[in-house]
Amino acid sequence: MSSDAPNKEACSPANGGCGCSGGTPASGALPPGVVTVEAPAPTTRRNFLFQIGIALNLLAGALISIPLIGFVLSTFIQKFPLQWISLGSLEKFPVGQVRLAQYLNPYRRTWDGETAHIPCWVRRIDEAEFQVFAINCTHLGCPVRWFAESKLFMCPCHGGAFYENGDHAAGPPPRGLFTYEYRVLNGNLEIKGGILPTLANPGNPTEKVKEA
Amino acid sequence: MIANAKKKLIDAGLGVYGWIDDRLHVTEIFEHTAGHHIPKSTSSWFYVFGSATLLCLIIQLVTGTMLALTYVPSGAEAYTTLEYMTYEQPLGWLIRAIHYWGSNFMVAIMILHITQVYLFGAYKYPREITWISGVFLGLITLGLAFTGQVMRFDEDAYWGIGIGASITGRSPVFGAELVQMLLGGPIINSDTLSRFFALHVFVLPGAILAFIALHLRMVLLKGINEWPEPGVLVNRETYDKHYAAIIRREGIPFTPHGIGKDLVAGAIVIIAILGCALIFGPKGPLGPPDPTEIAVHPRPDWAFMWIFAVAALMPEWAEVPAFLIAPPIVIGFLILLPFINNTGEKHWSRRPVAVLSVFAIYLSLGILTWFGITGPWSPPMLAWSGAVTPKDFVVNRTPLELQGLVVFQQKQCRNCHAIDGIGGHRGPDLWNVGDRMTHPQLVRQVIQGGGNMPAYGKNLTPHEVEAVVQYMVSLRPPGNVPALDSAKPAEPPAENRKQAAKEPAHGDRG
Ligand code: FES
Repeated sequence: MSSDAPNKEACSPANGGCGCSGGTPASGALPPGVVTVEAPAPTTRRNFLFQIGIALNLLAGALISIPLIGFVLSTFIQKFPLQWISLGSLEKFPVGQVRLAQYLNPYRRTWDGETAHIPCWVRRIDEAEFQVFAINCTHLGCPVRWFAESKLFMCPCHGGAFYENGDHAAGPPPRGLFTYEYRVLNGNLEIKGGILPTLANPGNPTEKVKEA
Repeated sequence: MIANAKKKLIDAGLGVYGWIDDRLHVTEIFEHTAGHHIPKSTSSWFYVFGSATLLCLIIQLVTGTMLALTYVPSGAEAYTTLEYMTYEQPLGWLIRAIHYWGSNFMVAIMILHITQVYLFGAYKYPREITWISGVFLGLITLGLAFTGQVMRFDEDAYWGIGIGASITGRSPVFGAELVQMLLGGPIINSDTLSRFFALHVFVLPGAILAFIALHLRMVLLKGINEWPEPGVLVNRETYDKHYAAIIRREGIPFTPHGIGKDLVAGAIVIIAILGCALIFGPKGPLGPPDPTEIAVHPRPDWAFMWIFAVAALMPEWAEVPAFLIAPPIVIGFLILLPFINNTGEKHWSRRPVAVLSVFAIYLSLGILTWFGITGPWSPPMLAWSGAVTPKDFVVNRTPLELQGLVVFQQKQCRNCHAIDGIGGHRGPDLWNVGDRMTHPQLVRQVIQGGGNMPAYGKNLTPHEVEAVVQYMVSLRPPGNVPALDSAKPAEPPAENRKQAAKEPAHGDRG
């Protein structure tokens, strides 16, 4: 409580003057709270060691911080290049329709369980032409759902909607659906994936972005 | 004889106490802490919220440790262990429930505590650091609540992290790197869960204990804020003397004379948490965190509902300011508050701005939370196939109009448009749309969309458009005529009535 004299206990003989080197036996005569400070003593062996100790610890601290900070920041710095991933044979995707496909996260861990499976929407426009959309709404990432009857992707979170070609149709999303780069190889549809698309990194350097 | 023995026993007891006190200095520690003197006026029901929040934290630490005995923070196992705890482990469900309700109570009581100290002017001189450490405690508590939702690693947690990543992805310059750092990699996976686990279980609890130490130390050093009196102004030169005088005049030891109401409130809180846990049980887990299960409706816990609502209601240009610029400004303002407003009146009756701002904040957060819970903008994804159409909106319709109703259902219009309150609320309820829009306006709206509605031009045949619009025109309160084009010269009223009578579908619905 504020009525306590702060230096009463700090300078009691019981703690042998530790931590109150500035206090003198005469401090009892001073008003509470006032601590006398002596002029700095000339360098002695004791305070030389103290200074060396501080310097050594600063150095050691800096040394050990390099790997620690490096570890914490590693995911900030590290690059995760997109990888070609197969979505399976072309037969799974009938012309003129939109199908839900899934792939395994190329950067998965063996202990990822079901979270390693990433869904995406595949629209087959004709024999050779596709559009592959990320599942994530461009607003805040909720999973969009395809409605074949109205030919719309709808988002369950804030009512965003997108047309069949991924363009923004309604609601708060700032742009059309995120897309994947794709290719057809040996009768398989492959996409370049491996990232959670966000506005900062939509995950497809080849796409032309259409704003809402 | 007996008196003698009793005296001996007491002496022995005192001797033991004296020995311990000599070694541990307990009397002295007590006088400086639990036994410190407080103004009598602060032994009030308004002053119990701080200790009650602390009590909640203790419950959280104990139950959290118990949950950690079973919980495995890995993408593959977390959900399985949650199910095991909830459905198989003896009392596991109750520990989960207490931890969940403890967190709800902790956030709620903390909000009361902040409100009380704000309205009582406790942040003013000389308690600036008490307030600032409290701001950090508040932030850490919200951080614990937020990361706690992720520990409940179900579908909501999975997509909730996605929402966090999408918000982070709006940061300028380092957006992509920050998203990666948040997720611990390029995609949500086990690494993501592990870092939220480390935050929830190590970093934030450690930080909260450190800040509580500072907070309580400040309460002891600078004293608890006395009950403010209107007209008694805080002045940096005189306040310390003023406070010392209060303590001299009416100081009582916190323990045992001031703590009574805290104890009663604490017991009520414990019983309330236990009661809620027993009656309502733990929250979730909902479906598994399987990203390919996309039939989900992600929702945050109540403390973050208002953010969910803001995200839905905000125009696009406001997103970056609201998500990334406003929070640092608000937090900065809270930290600077004791310096902006350091002296003067403490009593709420003389601080109308303070009272009004509390009122405004409670009102807006309350309304936003309500919106978040009811979520009128979230389309019910099954309304198109599941929502019933009330009888009045079906009977007396022509075949074409009924065909329009079928198109209306089949094209998922119902997911966003209710009829008489049933269906989605993203768009307007259409029960009286025929009253508001003319036939040509409806055609244009359906084909071109606009005003937050997709354009259906490509997905509807001309016949379907005509059928839907005919049905829309028939949706009017009984007795009303269809909306008229105001640009056309008005027809004589008699004509109007005759025309309305000619159309049997309109006007006589029940
Ligand atoms: S996340 Fe899709 S509309 Fe908000």
